[in-house]
Amino acid sequence: MLKFIKKIFGRNQETAHQALDNVVTAPLSEAQLQSIRTITVNRYEPPQLLVTSAQSVGRQRELNEDSLFTFSTTIAGHSSNAPFGLFIIADGMGGHQYGEVASNTALRVISGYILKKFHNSLFNIPSMPVEESLQEIMSAAVAEAQRVILNEAPGSGTTVTAALVLGQQLTIGHVGDSRAYLLYNDERIDAITRDHSLVRRLEELGQITAAEAAVHPQRNVLYRALGQGETLDPDLSTVPFPIGSYLLICSDGLWGVVPDDELKKIVFEAPTLQRACQNLISAANSAGGPDNISAILVQSLG
Amino acid sequence: MDYNLLIIYDSLRIMETQRINGPGNVEDRSEIGQLNSGTNLGNRYLIQEVIGVGGMGSVYRARDLHFPNVVKLVAVKEMINQAPDPLVRQTIVQNFEREANILATLSHASIPRIYDYFTLDNRSYLVLEFVNGKDLEVILSQSEGFILEEQVLAWGIELCDVLSFLHSHKPDPIVFRDMKPSNVMINQHNHIVLVDFGIAKTFQSGQKGTMIGTEGYSPPEQYRGEATVQADIYALGATLHHLLTRRDPRLEPPFSFAERPIRKMNPSVSLEFETVINTALQYNAEDRYKTIEDFKEALVSVGRKTGLLNRINISSPTSKSVLNNEIKPVWAFQCEDELRGTPVLHKGVVYIGCYDNNLYALSASSGEFQWKYPTDGGIVSRPAVFEDAIYFGSEDHRLHAVSIRTGKLLWSYYTEGRIRSSPRISDNHIFFGSDDTCLHAVNMATNREAWKVETGSEVRSSPFIFNEIIYFGNEVGDFFALDYRGNIKWRFKAKRNITSSPCVHNDVVYFTSVDSHLYALDAKSGWLIWRFRMDKPSIVSPAAVDNLVIAGSSDGHIYAVEARTAREVWRFKTEHQVNGSPVVYKDCVYCGSVDGHLYCIEYKTGRLRWKFETKGPITGTPLVYDDIVYVGSHDHFIYALLA
Repeated sequence: MLKFIKKIFGRNQETAHQALDNVVTAPLSEAQLQSIRTITVNRYEPPQLLVTSAQSVGRQRELNEDSLFTFSTTIAGHSSNAPFGLFIIADGMGGHQYGEVASNTALRVISGYILKKFHNSLFNIPSMPVEESLQEIMSAAVAEAQRVILNEAPGSGTTVTAALVLGQQLTIGHVGDSRAYLLYNDERIDAITRDHSLVRRLEELGQITAAEAAVHPQRNVLYRALGQGETLDPDLSTVPFPIGSYLLICSDGLWGVVPDDELKKIVFEAPTLQRACQNLISAANSAGGPDNISAILVQSLG
Repeated sequence: MDYNLLIIYDSLRIMETQRINGPGNVEDRSEIGQLNSGTNLGNRYLIQEVIGVGGMGSVYRARDLHFPNVVKLVAVKEMINQAPDPLVRQTIVQNFEREANILATLSHASIPRIYDYFTLDNRSYLVLEFVNGKDLEVILSQSEGFILEEQVLAWGIELCDVLSFLHSHKPDPIVFRDMKPSNVMINQHNHIVLVDFGIAKTFQSGQKGTMIGTEGYSPPEQYRGEATVQADIYALGATLHHLLTRRDPRLEPPFSFAERPIRKMNPSVSLEFETVINTALQYNAEDRYKTIEDFKEALVSVGRKTGLLNRINISSPTSKSVLNNEIKPVWAFQCEDELRGTPVLHKGVVYIGCYDNNLYALSASSGEFQWKYPTDGGIVSRPAVFEDAIYFGSEDHRLHAVSIRTGKLLWSYYTEGRIRSSPRISDNHIFFGSDDTCLHAVNMATNREAWKVETGSEVRSSPFIFNEIIYFGNEVGDFFALDYRGNIKWRFKAKRNITSSPCVHNDVVYFTSVDSHLYALDAKSGWLIWRFRMDKPSIVSPAAVDNLVIAGSSDGHIYAVEARTAREVWRFKTEHQVNGSPVVYKDCVYCGSVDGHLYCIEYKTGRLRWKFETKGPITGTPLVYDDIVYVGSHDHFIYALLA
């Protein structure tokens, strides 16, 4: 590996004197080394996605207003052979009219838009390339969902966190306080979305601590949601989704009662992906289950 | 259902359309429970018309019938008390009364007089001086462009006066707590009148997803229940910010004023005014003005410095220090023609190709001439060094391999077009493009062609090699990813020429095109992740660092775009096209412009550290090594500067 890297930079003086050139190096941690070993030992060809999901109405609600969507495919014979996945969670806002109508409308519109866009290029050989960029497609899908909700269910609101996986790039469209996490092979967990809640904003400013935010009386207050407000500004980002890592998308019924460290522990200690997802739900219920609980767990294999 | 009583002094906003839910009483009321025109309220006030609807009730213009011989107009504010719990209901009424009593004792030109207060059935009424004018929210919505800075400054000073009056109230200071444009009316004499004081409002909280539609003007500590005089200072700052930028903070993420700097939204505002408002908008209360009097003093001095009537421009301290920074080069070497390309440094020697057909070798520390090697065409590419030889292409159609020690030709390789692309060496091969439309792969052991791929149009872009894939673009907008055998792994089409060279960072390949976009593609599959639009065509090769991608455009700007989200983090304006490519070293990015300057900009913030003026355009990429920046200019010089 090192020789290969050296070859590439052989032409350039730059890497010979690393410090002068501003290149910073650091030794890999044991966990990272271990993860590299496991990846190189178990290889999956072609690269695939393992997907599972689970839901619960929780212990204190009667109605389920969370909607969930998963779709994944690996098309044979396709030149790029990249797996394709679309995963969406929408948490309808209770206390508003038709929370569940908003959440399932969001799902229907976003999944429909994106699948239609990719349909020809995925299922057609020779494939037709898609004109727009991944972020433009996600942005348009969310905007369309906003338009439909404002039209069909005015006054309602929902969060939505949508993840589009193409090969090793993960594109996220996000509004509200459902969350997406990446769990890396070296046992790190990282939230890749930002909650659009008042308390998160206060926390970012250092006005309150994370502990205070967790019990703040206004912790459910959102300043941005699908279906609310005229113009919508969703968060869009594309991050790498490395082989061997996990994507977890969940509503606040899960992350609101189960801390990140425990989420990480549950996923890494479960014997199967399915079990991991079920255990996440049970953990939320054991912690009181004050809200609807939904989770999607995706593992990237390659 | 629980009602939480929060004494946020918010209420009957004119033009706000919140419905009053709840059981409506019949009587002489319209559907939503408003009093009809012509109703005689409390046997004294003749309701004329509704002038506003708020969350708690309506506001009417009425005539006081106790003065039958004149038309005495008053404003009647109605508060509908809907709490089911009798204790809560009583508390609301008591609060209403208490505030009415305070108002009754205040006497100030900017505070409406209160004439009467009474309760009838479930509703309480406040009878106030009628203000003939409009509130600032209405004024904003009815105006087109920016409100004049002088006018906002004048209003700001008046608001400080009335707030100061409230804060000095004895025995207890009164914190207004609800400063915002809709609570400030401008009367027919163009003076401020503060409206909507201290009327308690019930607040439903605890429900999932309750959209506050956020107050927007309130400081962070107000959500913790603390509101002191600093809260009024913040809210006044927020109000002035809204007035100057026309951006309603209620429609933005909370506490995000720093993301909308005033002068960025409205460049006509003076730096002094922006600075004062920024102090008032500090998130930590201790960082703001201590008292409203301090705020007023700061505003008054803004007026003095900028001159409300005569505009005296004071140059800011930062700009002075930059201009006075005399950058002197460590050395400078003059060639015989323009230096359009990029230098390379190897073992203490700087090599750069010149349009005078020569490749120069100079000492990196002193600029002392070592040797030069002549070709038959101009050299714009960056040479590549490997072992004892230096390789570069020339417009004489050849790739030259020259000995570093002697400066003499070792061998050359012919193509059928000019070579402007810079060679890259990998796996014992040299890869480069030519105007003969091919990407060439030359075997370094045999000095012969290994393969070449015809692309249909000139290849001026320099290939970038990553993970055994060769990335490059051509002049018709095609972008290619080839493997080491010359097979096309994937291709992508931009709308116009891709003259720039790509770079790969975190598995994403970035390049710009003459179609004005900066593209980000997945390096493995070629899927387009995002594209960023600049104002004019670009031939700049982007540089990527941390989470940023930095590129320039012939629109004169250097852009820094966030890699994950394609959002512009900053842009830096130069005086002419930016055709040279940036390079990142330590915490700065170095980039040249056709305006002749080499800019050193902090890459995180977009702030200028220094700039160095040459006498001709800079179209090459600088090289930074060991704290020295080497850059060539069209003024025939190559400069070595301290980074």
